[in-house]
Parts: sequence; C-alpha cells; structure tokens
Amino acid sequence: MKLELGFIEIKDIQFSNESKVENGTLFVNADDVKAFVYEDDDVKACVKSVCFDIAKPGESVRITPVKDVIEPRVKVEGPGGEFPGVIAKVDTVGSGKTHVLRGMAVVTAGPIVGFQEGIIDMTGPGAEYTPFSKLLNLVMVCTQVEGVHQHEYEHAVRIAGLRAATFIGELGRNVTPDETKEFETLGIREGLEKYPNLPRVGYVHMLQSQGLLHDTYVYGVDAKRTLTTIIYPTETMDGAIISGNCVSACDKNTTYHHQNNPVVADLFEQHGKTLNYVCNIITNENVYLADKQRSSDWSAKLCRLLDLDGVIVSQEGFGNPDTDLIMNTKKIEQVGVKTTIITDEYAGQDGKSQSLADADPLADAVVTGGNANMVIELPKLDKVIGTLDYVDKIAGGHAGSLRPDGSIEAELQVITGATNEMGFNCLSAR
Amino acid sequence: MSYRVVHYINQFFAQIGGEEMAHIAPELREGAVGPGTAFDAAWNGEAKIVNTIICGDSHFAEHEKESKAQILAWVKEINPDLFIAGPAFNAGRYGYACANIALAVKEELGIPVLTGMYEENPGADLKDKVLIVATTNNAAGMRKAAPTMAKLAMKLMKGEKLGASCEDGYMNNGIRVNFFEKERGSRRAVKMLLNKLADKPFTTEYPMPSFDRVAPNPAVKDLSHAVVALCTSGGIVPKGNPDHIESSSASHYGEYCIAGVENLTPDKYETAHGGYDPVYANEDPDRVLPVDVMREFEREGKIGKLHDYFYTTVGNGTAVANAKKFAAEYAQKLKQAGVNAVIMTST
Repeated sequence: MKLELGFIEIKDIQFSNESKVENGTLFVNADDVKAFVYEDDDVKACVKSVCFDIAKPGESVRITPVKDVIEPRVKVEGPGGEFPGVIAKVDTVGSGKTHVLRGMAVVTAGPIVGFQEGIIDMTGPGAEYTPFSKLLNLVMVCTQVEGVHQHEYEHAVRIAGLRAATFIGELGRNVTPDETKEFETLGIREGLEKYPNLPRVGYVHMLQSQGLLHDTYVYGVDAKRTLTTIIYPTETMDGAIISGNCVSACDKNTTYHHQNNPVVADLFEQHGKTLNYVCNIITNENVYLADKQRSSDWSAKLCRLLDLDGVIVSQEGFGNPDTDLIMNTKKIEQVGVKTTIITDEYAGQDGKSQSLADADPLADAVVTGGNANMVIELPKLDKVIGTLDYVDKIAGGHAGSLRPDGSIEAELQVITGATNEMGFNCLSAR
Repeated sequence: MSYRVVHYINQFFAQIGGEEMAHIAPELREGAVGPGTAFDAAWNGEAKIVNTIICGDSHFAEHEKESKAQILAWVKEINPDLFIAGPAFNAGRYGYACANIALAVKEELGIPVLTGMYEENPGADLKDKVLIVATTNNAAGMRKAAPTMAKLAMKLMKGEKLGASCEDGYMNNGIRVNFFEKERGSRRAVKMLLNKLADKPFTTEYPMPSFDRVAPNPAVKDLSHAVVALCTSGGIVPKGNPDHIESSSASHYGEYCIAGVENLTPDKYETAHGGYDPVYANEDPDRVLPVDVMREFEREGKIGKLHDYFYTTVGNGTAVANAKKFAAEYAQKLKQAGVNAVIMTST
C-alpha cells in the first residue's frame, strides 16, 4: 500500500469573508465552518454554541480546557476520505494522495466534559512542553446544551472538531503542495524478498479504551470493542484512528498525534535501510482483566505470526494501562520478539517514587517521555481562549492551582501532549 | 571570596605509596594535593581546596569508627562549603572509604558532598544516599572526571538545582528528573531497538524497579463477628468533594462517616477520580464503594458490622510513596477502632 502526502505549508490564519488557502495563508469564514459543523444532528442536539478564535505561536494566549487537536487533511486521490467511518464513509484509506495543511491545527476547547482536558500555552514555559504551541491554531470553543448526558456531549464535541477539520482540509484540495513524500508498505512476501537481510520490525500501537474521555476509535469503531489487529501505517495518516478526547492531557494521543504518529514516521525513515517496517498492530487498553489478557495474548500472537524480529510498543495513558504495557511487553518477549517500549512516568512531585504501576525485568529497553508529576509554574497570559474555571479540577491541578494573580501552579499532566508516549517530544527523565 | 572545599584522598593519590603504605592514619594538609589540583584548576578561583585529608585505605577499613571521628572533627572545624572525595575509579576500599566518609559528612555535618568512582566499585552501593559521579575504571579517566565533578561541585556549592543524572554525570540516585533530550522519543526508541536487535549495548531510560509484593494476611476466621471497613482508591467522596482530593496525583486521603448510611446515592456522593469514566460511579457510587451490599451482609449476619468510617483517595497518577503514606496512617486508625478486615476497592 502506497500513500503520497502533499504538504501545504500554512504560514498564517486570518478570518475572512471567504474560506480559502492562498499563498500559504488560510482564510476562514467562521460562519461557513460553523454551518458545516452544525449539519450534524448530534452536534445540533448537544452543542449549544461554537465560536472560533485564532492562536499563533509566541502570542500571550492560553487555550483551556483543550479536548482534541486535529490536523486538516483531504483525500485527493484514491479510495475513501479522511476520518473513515466517522466523517467519510467506511472505505480502506491509506493509499493514493492526501493533502495536508501543515503547520496548523483545529483545537477543540470549552467547558469540561470530565476532569481530563488540558492546557496549551502559546508562549512562556508551558509552551516548551506542548508541541501545539508551535502551530497556528484555529480554536473552536464549544459549550454544552444543558442536561445533555456526558457521553453524548463528548461524542458531539468530537464530531464537531472533526467536521471543522474536514471543512478546512477541503480548502487544500486544489492547492499545489509545497512538498510531497511517499510512504509504502509491502506485502509480507514482497518485503521478505526485497529486504532478506533486514530485521523485520513492527509497531505495537496501544490505544486507550477505558471509557468516557479515554477512548479511541478505529474506522469509527470504539477500540474497546475491538480485538487486537493489524493496520497499514499509512491508514493512520488518513485519520483511520481518532482520539476520543483526552485522559490526563499530557499523555493522551490527540487525533493530531495519530495523524502524525512519530513512531510511524521514524520507522519509515529507516525502512529499507536498517530495518524492514512490516506493519502496525493496534491493541486496546480495556479496564477488565479478561480483556487485558486477551488483547495482550493477541499482540504476542500476531508478532509471532508475522515473524517479527522486534517491535516498538507505545503506551497511552498511565496507571491502569501500565498493566497492559507490561503484559504486552512480557508476552511479546516470551515469543522471542524483542521490544523497546515508550512510556511516561508518575514518579511523584519529588521524583522519588517508582514510575510505573507495573514492572517486569523483560521490559529492559524503555524510552520515557518524562515525569508527569513534575510541578510547573505557568505565568498569567494576556488572553484566555476557553475558560480558567476548571484549572483546579483537571487532572494535574489541585485546589489553589489557579492563583489570584492569574498564574498557575500544577503538575505537568495538565499540559496537552507534554509527556506523549508515542515519543512525539524530546522531553525525558533519568 | 571563593568557596572553600575539603578534599579526601588515599595514600596512593597523595603519592605516599601503594599497598605497603595503606595502613597510614588520617592526616590533614593545607591546600590541594595530587588530583585536587585538577579541581582547583577547573574552578578557576571560584572555589579552592583549603585542606586535603589523606587516609590509608586499609586504615579506614580496619579503623572505620576512629578514622571517621577524626575526619569529621577536622571537617567540622574547617566548616567548608563542600566536601569532595576521590575519585576512586575502581579501587574498592578507596571507593568504600570515599562514599562512607562523604555520607558521614553529609548526615552529621549537613555539608554538601560529592564523590566519584566506577559504577561497579562497591562504594557505589551508596549512590542513592551520596551523589557519585560515574568515572572510568582507572585513573586515566581523571581528565574526564575532573571537569564533570568540578562542575557538579560548583552547582552544589551555589545551591543550584541539579539536572538529570545523565546531564550532570552523576549515577542514577533514584530521583527522576525531567530534561530535554536532543532527539525525540520515537527516534530514540528506533535506535534502541536496532541496537537490541543487533545485540549491541543499549541503555534503558528507565530501569525496571523491583516491586513491593505484599503477602495477604491469613483469612478472617469468623466474619459474622468481624468489623469490616471499606476503603477505596476509586475517589468516592461526599458530593462536592469537601476536602478537595485531586482528580489525579492525590496529595491526601479522606475519612468520611457512613454510620446510618444504607446506600450511597448520587445526590450525596460522587467520584473525584479523573482517571476513569465517572458516569457509572456517579450514577450509583455503591458501584465503587459497595455500602449497599455491606449493609445487606450486616443484616443477614454475614459480617458483624460495617465500620462507621470509610477511607478514600484517588489512585490516578498518585505516587506510590504517597499511597503508602496514606495507608500507613489510616491503617493505624482502623486498628485502633478495632476493625478486623478491610475491603479495598480499586478502579
């Protein structure tokens, strides 16, 4: 399967009467986006209001509570469309051509659904920890129709964000990309014949699936109702996997992370040179022990069946999923496939506690995205998109996190994407 | 004015002699001797070794108590800004002496200390208690060790925050410190995997800890007369979370009275936990803290009594050390209240 990504560099975003991409500037008519978003019945029923704002790198802007971050893309050639099974109809994606509006994102924000939404600072110390401070963000602040059930509202906000990203992505359909890149995954036999001497490497991509605000969807299917399975890496570039919003903001994979999975990118970079990148295995992180048992059994089984020599395992979330991580790693090692895992740590504010809720000596190659309990201070910023009402309550905050002067003291957990476990960032710990 | 440092070395590095002179008793000299000159040079006047203490390795090992007492007395009187020992490289008794005398100075005099040695030196067993710079296994590594130790020593004297162990060159001391790597995590993972596949050396960024396994107590023989308490890490609290237990990384636990409460209803209880889908727990908090079932058992005589208080916290992202501390505290309360058994629910 071969996919060509055409990157259109977005250098500025402006509100305008007409929505278009011209010379690297995205012009947005907010009313048009809103109308498109509201064409969905669930959004209509559950989302009271939607308003748009723009946040640029370096501006004194704080966005919170952040639910999801999405990169606008559009399928220009080949089967299917972006976010198959959710926005586009179900069709296997990951081949043909896709245009990417690079350098920007749609960010959904607004009063919280649970405790899990995060903070994106566009400047200052907080900005160093979130990759989204480097993007031009079209922020969509949503509010809830009163009395709507949490699960339904989460669904509606998720769809609203994806629809906005779809609308924006569509503006790039007829724009000539600034750069194109090809990604190809070969069939099993083809790969063996082409790279007989390279180690066969796979990617075990763990998907958070613990319930409200801890879910992930694959072709529209709730990951908690899936069995461990195989997926082409390029399918993820077309939005086959989307976020059901955030757990602790720091280590929930946003939809943007899935679209730009760094493990996929870095394995492709080595593909055909030092390794043969075979495929991705997706496996869930359910709350029941029987599910953990079944899913990790299947991860190991598929690794063996594919005759892999090694895999990278990426976790999502922490605590309970540490069990899934260790079960996967242990079982995969036990079938003779070598592992390197990516996780993050909850070592306490003083860094003195054990970092994971589970451990095994077979997990001997670990990459860490840092200690999420680390306390950070965020100065008051000039503008808030969304609301500061929930800073004390979100995961990583505490009573008094928001100080009277507008500054914030909280754990790194509150920052969206800060300790991402796909290895998106440079942050680490020793 | 520059910082004042006391340096500890053995007979060999003081150029007194080798094994045949290892018996010499502690001796105090003015200024830097031997390797100390390399530190002085690196500090470039900002700090200076005011005294060097020399002690034979055998003497320290065989007369540890007396040697320590003598050295501590000198250091106390000199009252330096830092006590630095070694580096000992792979010399076992020297490394042992460096780590132990440094620990004594730190604990008894409260003066910052630093030493250096090879990772397999037996003295490195104290790396969680004393800051130890990792060196090569022989003295040829001095050229590299001196600037690393000098730089770290300066941070200690200035009271600056330490970087991560790999940044500042000290042995991992069990305290996790965040820092920015040069390459993103996914790239480091690919490299690590390639090394592992090729049987080349690689270094894990997080060595797996050995886990605390708690053996369960013997079963309660007669539940029908037992007082049973409910405890949870699932965050069940009175509505409004009056003690503000954090939704993640809890800093405290709650103690709440349920005397006379038959059933946890959504108008009076909820979960403060930010790590799982709270909808079902909020609909019926008994799902996490089963007061209703316990009351049934009480009426049926299956248990003697449900304890009047429950203890609760949020397990989400809460440091193990904190969790241990909470439980150690409320376990005493449970014991004093005559509770015979505890049902601990998690999520």
